[in-house]
Amino acid sequence: MTGPLLSIRDLHLTMTSFDGAAHVLNGIDLTVQRGEIWGLVGESGCGKSLTGLSISRLVPTPPATYRKGEIRFEGRDILKLPLREMQDLRGKRIGMIFQDPTTNLNPAYRVGEQLIDVALAAASHDPSVLGCPPGAGRRERRRAARRLAGEMLERVGIPDAGARLDNYPHEFSGGMRQRVLIAMALIGRPDLLIADEPTTALDVSVQAQILKLLKGTVADHDIGVILITHNLGVVAETCSHVAVMYAGNIVESGPVSNVIESPAHPYTRALMAAIPTKASKRGTLKGLGGTVPNLITPPPGCRFAPRCPLAIPACTAALPGAVDLGADHRAACIRLEALEHV
Amino acid sequence: MLYFILRRILMLVPVVIGLTVIMFAIARILPGDPVALAAGPNATPAEIEALSHEFGLDQPIWTQYFHYVGGLLHGDLGTSLLTRRPVAADIAAYLPATLELVCAAMLIAVAIGIPLGLATAVWRNRWPDYLSQVVAIGAISMPRFFLGLLLQLCFAMWLMWLPLGGRLPIIVIPPPTVTGFLTIDTLLAGDLHAFTMALRHLAMPAIAMSLSPLATIMRMMRASTIEVMGQDYVMTARALGLPRGKIILKYVARNAVSATLTVIGLYFGWLLGGTVLVETVFDWPGLGLYATKAIVSQDMMPVIGVALVIGLLFVLANLVIDLLYGVINPKVRYS
Ligand SMILES: Nc1ncnc2c1ncn2[C@@H]1O[C@H](COP(=O)(O)OP(=O)(O)OP(=O)(O)O)[C@@H](O)[C@H]1O
Ligand SMILES: [Mg+2]
Repeated sequence: MTGPLLSIRDLHLTMTSFDGAAHVLNGIDLTVQRGEIWGLVGESGCGKSLTGLSISRLVPTPPATYRKGEIRFEGRDILKLPLREMQDLRGKRIGMIFQDPTTNLNPAYRVGEQLIDVALAAASHDPSVLGCPPGAGRRERRRAARRLAGEMLERVGIPDAGARLDNYPHEFSGGMRQRVLIAMALIGRPDLLIADEPTTALDVSVQAQILKLLKGTVADHDIGVILITHNLGVVAETCSHVAVMYAGNIVESGPVSNVIESPAHPYTRALMAAIPTKASKRGTLKGLGGTVPNLITPPPGCRFAPRCPLAIPACTAALPGAVDLGADHRAACIRLEALEHV
Repeated sequence: MLYFILRRILMLVPVVIGLTVIMFAIARILPGDPVALAAGPNATPAEIEALSHEFGLDQPIWTQYFHYVGGLLHGDLGTSLLTRRPVAADIAAYLPATLELVCAAMLIAVAIGIPLGLATAVWRNRWPDYLSQVVAIGAISMPRFFLGLLLQLCFAMWLMWLPLGGRLPIIVIPPPTVTGFLTIDTLLAGDLHAFTMALRHLAMPAIAMSLSPLATIMRMMRASTIEVMGQDYVMTARALGLPRGKIILKYVARNAVSATLTVIGLYFGWLLGGTVLVETVFDWPGLGLYATKAIVSQDMMPVIGVALVIGLLFVLANLVIDLLYGVINPKVRYS
């Protein structure tokens, strides 16, 4: 076995705005292997999307600056790649799916056309995607791309796929559009798929179908997935691993079963307690006062300390390092012993 | 679709009624006697009376109005006091020149404004962008006739590259009329020499007319391109590795152009109604020139006729734009 598919080490990202520089990613560590589905959870604004976008290097710089750290994709540091080589990763090695299926397809083109464009772009990097002989002409490549597009639509569960290629995005339902986007993300045969809240905009039954589809894809193609979500229920059902983020840090990570059965970090515990039930409103953290800290002047030391029921003065002294709890389960907290007695 | 077109054309009816009523009212209010003007300085009162009777101008204004509207239904726009010819025939003779001028101006404006707007949006906030923004504001605020005079001074008087005015030199035999557009008719006739002549005559007035729509289209295109580039689907296209050129020229441009189309349609109509000064400066034998002569001699029928035709073309231009909009933007096609 070679090195990991993706490994993010100590990634720091600042965003410059009129109010000053916000330290939105504050030392992210994350390792993804093939076959793993990583759930990335945390409150709104904690930096989940920026982490995902950074992997495809889609965060505009400026206003963003990467101050420290590296993102290694199969060992190569993405942040240092020339744009040309980055272009060869996007859509071909790293696929992305975003939240809103209504706005992520171009309204002016048929979905087939959009799928074909991605397939042709992927084929310019790896001709075998289309399954054409090397010397194939433009028309032949296009025809192959169209055939592939039809196959992909079929694979993501769109009925009558071949005919649907000629439909415009507005002629699909939300769930079907998200399927089209998944097909588009997969058509270049990526090894890593980043899905940023792919089901948030969909209703619950469709959500379950889409997640099942993602899970099936991982099993079929042995790819790695990062699934960004607000919903711990989704994580429990879909993911193999989970990373909990708070204000630009990953505070706890590990296999889903370990983290969910025995959450170590006080923030994870608060999140678990806040899993929306019919009684509680989504997004409110039970037993947790205060709000997400201002990232321009973040609190010293552990960023969660001001809201933490177990905080002691030492918590504000330095950013806590990750403590290994065995079986790849890690938590960044200096009060873990105290927690065990709560 | 057919229903859509019919409805738009029906909308013309109130416009026509309003326009004719207003014009007749103005004709009544204006001081002076157009018949006396048309009859000439040496006409006797009896001759003026006869002329007035011949044109029905001695009848009550209501009778005149209904007579006119009745004629309209048969495509009769009345008769010009000045040329003594049917207004419809006059307009048919002058309209192609104006249309050719406006089409050429819009062609220049679109052909340069769209790519320029796209380019300045893609490379925004660098010096070419700032430069073109400043020039655009200058171009929008400069009166067209003044620009025309400047062009004449520069290219006709100093450099002597281009003719001062007119559509063709007198020595060139005009081609048989097919479209009425000299640039097209000369080509159809296979007369390359006459074609270059027609083009050289068209160049300056068309440029003078094109500058302000060009600047507006460019700014509109820039704004809509910037907006489109911020759309989610552009991010998706980038994330999935489409080449940058393809994203901009295919995915962004089409959506941005459809947002710019409305301005193009409006400008087309606006230019049609605003050719007078440029036609005067360049002695361009179009509707504007015809209408000016009619206004000066208080000859109302041509004025009303020109106003009606321009109004009609304005509505048609916007109809075409709406249909085009449906072609570019599939979402509105069937609604
Ligand atoms: N272009 C930007 N300029 C300045 N600040 C930004 C920009 N994009 C994001 N941020 C800031 O970075 C922080 C992290 O944003 P991010 O989008 O990664 O959050 P998120 O965890 O994905 O939230 P959500 O769950 O709402 O999607 C937020 O505080 C946000 O305000
Ligand atoms: Mg997000």
